[in-house]
Amino acid sequence: MKIINKAQAGSFESSDILVMVEPSDAKGRNIEFSSTVGIQYGESILAEIHSVLDEMNVEDVQMIVNDKGALVPTIRARVETAITRGRGEQKGTLA
Amino acid sequence: MKNSLGKEIPESIEGLGKLIPYTGAWGLQDRLDEVKLVPVPAKARKPHYDKTCANLEEAIKKSQPFNGMCVSFHHHLRGGDQLIIQAMEIFKKLGIKDICIASSSLTTAHDCLVPFVLDGTITKIFSSGIRGELGRTVSEGALPNPIVIHSHGGRARAIKEGRIKIDIAILAAAAADNEGNATGQHGPSAFGSMGYGMIDAQYAKNTIIVTDNMVEFPCVPASVPAHYVDFVTEIETIGDAKKIAGGTTRITKAPLDLKIAKMAADAIIATDYFKNGISFQVGAGGASLAVAKYIRKAMIEKEVQGSFLLGGVTSVCTDMLEEGLFKSIFDVQGFDAAVSSSLLNNPKHIEISSDQYASPMNSGAMTNKIDVVALGALEVDTDFNVNVITSSTGDIMGASGGHSDTAAGANLSIVVAPSFRGRLPIIVDKVMTVVTPGESVDLVVTERGICVNPLRKDLEKQLKEAGLWVRDIKELAKEVEEIVGKPAHVATTDKIIGVVEYRDGSIIDVIRQPKK
Repeated sequence: MKIINKAQAGSFESSDILVMVEPSDAKGRNIEFSSTVGIQYGESILAEIHSVLDEMNVEDVQMIVNDKGALVPTIRARVETAITRGRGEQKGTLA
Repeated sequence: MKNSLGKEIPESIEGLGKLIPYTGAWGLQDRLDEVKLVPVPAKARKPHYDKTCANLEEAIKKSQPFNGMCVSFHHHLRGGDQLIIQAMEIFKKLGIKDICIASSSLTTAHDCLVPFVLDGTITKIFSSGIRGELGRTVSEGALPNPIVIHSHGGRARAIKEGRIKIDIAILAAAAADNEGNATGQHGPSAFGSMGYGMIDAQYAKNTIIVTDNMVEFPCVPASVPAHYVDFVTEIETIGDAKKIAGGTTRITKAPLDLKIAKMAADAIIATDYFKNGISFQVGAGGASLAVAKYIRKAMIEKEVQGSFLLGGVTSVCTDMLEEGLFKSIFDVQGFDAAVSSSLLNNPKHIEISSDQYASPMNSGAMTNKIDVVALGALEVDTDFNVNVITSSTGDIMGASGGHSDTAAGANLSIVVAPSFRGRLPIIVDKVMTVVTPGESVDLVVTERGICVNPLRKDLEKQLKEAGLWVRDIKELAKEVEEIVGKPAHVATTDKIIGVVEYRDGSIIDVIRQPKK
């Protein structure tokens, strides 16, 4: 399943994470990542992101991720929602 | 050598000399009673000597500045200070280098000092705290000598025993007369108590009073009296009045802070200290200040009459004085305009120096008299040690303030903090930097329960009998780690960028440069 449109999930609030996705012509995952807790959790946040992308079979994607100290369930939920929106698959009123 | 908290402390540091390792909250008590105080400089003048100078430059020139000297300031203008920068520009113009800055603290208003650090005009800093760009610059190792972080009480001690030897004190006043009687209590730039500057005026070789509001002699009250003052000058502005002290202080509406504050108040009420005659200190914001809201309510409901409030004073405190809940306020530093007018108009609102506030060498220190204090924290560890100075990036980005002074003195010292903040754990195994030793902290109150220092079995019993949520701090640290995940530690180099002096002058910790 390809990312077909620009989409985002999350916010700039403390304890949240903003995930933006775009269709990508290039191969692979290009993730621009920044975090207020990058020193402490940078690697593990990226690992969580890749884990969600693996589960959702996302191979080619352009992502911008701006984390302000979100907990793991929040990170996973925001990535999942951004991808779902980017694929035009989200059901319900917020799509 | 190792101090009693197991921290590796160098024997001596160039520019600072020999270091004394921390040996416990009262480890140096005997020494403090015997230490030789430095003499107060003599200030003989001929009759009708004129202290006034046309401008700050003339006052500085008359104070005979030299390379390597120590210049002191107070930080009562907080984020609105514009005096330090004006003074530094004059020193630079005069070609003075290698200056030691001894400010009672430094705020975000002092980012403008960065160029003076980078070009060698400033090479040493003593301060309670440091923030913003200046904090980052110091954390990057820009100073040739480590910054010395002291508590407010520790600073008074350091000046009296000559560890901080002030050559020129440049003290902002909101009103002053031509003899140098000076106060912060009234005037367009009123900032309230001048508590941190009083000791500087007394011990400096040269004391300059700088005001933007010269009044007719005598300036009353004389928070700093003329007999300590060498020169007086009027300048256009000492600072930005809006940033110095605005309006009143509001108590937070953040639900988490309020929950923690309510839990802390419940704990205080459950102890034997909550009774007629209670004395009390809270912080200036966040959960710590909010504790006052619930204590006030309980005092009214249970008809408890307090003795005195101490601090760091906000309008929340002056309201309680006016309501008659407390009989007096002892004020070393005000935080809003309402405090300045209360200090000026209410005789029960008493201005005190940092020496009387918190010095470990003062038999009248108010922190030794206090019952209950509620304090904040950046990190607390399972030995109850508290960090209020280094940030999550390892930078020096906070202030020691009266934290360790009040914790040591109070019958009941409470640290209020969320268990984690933006994913970063606040309750940890080991704090990055110890400012306040765990042995002087009695309770740690978080939204996930109250931890009682094992040294205080009496408190544990009282809180449990009241049905409060008491839990083991190690268990709490583990629970927090399960929620946020184990953080990678901030890597540091071997270079020491800061030294944390405990209030008695011993070294409780050192701060090493974070790797970037």
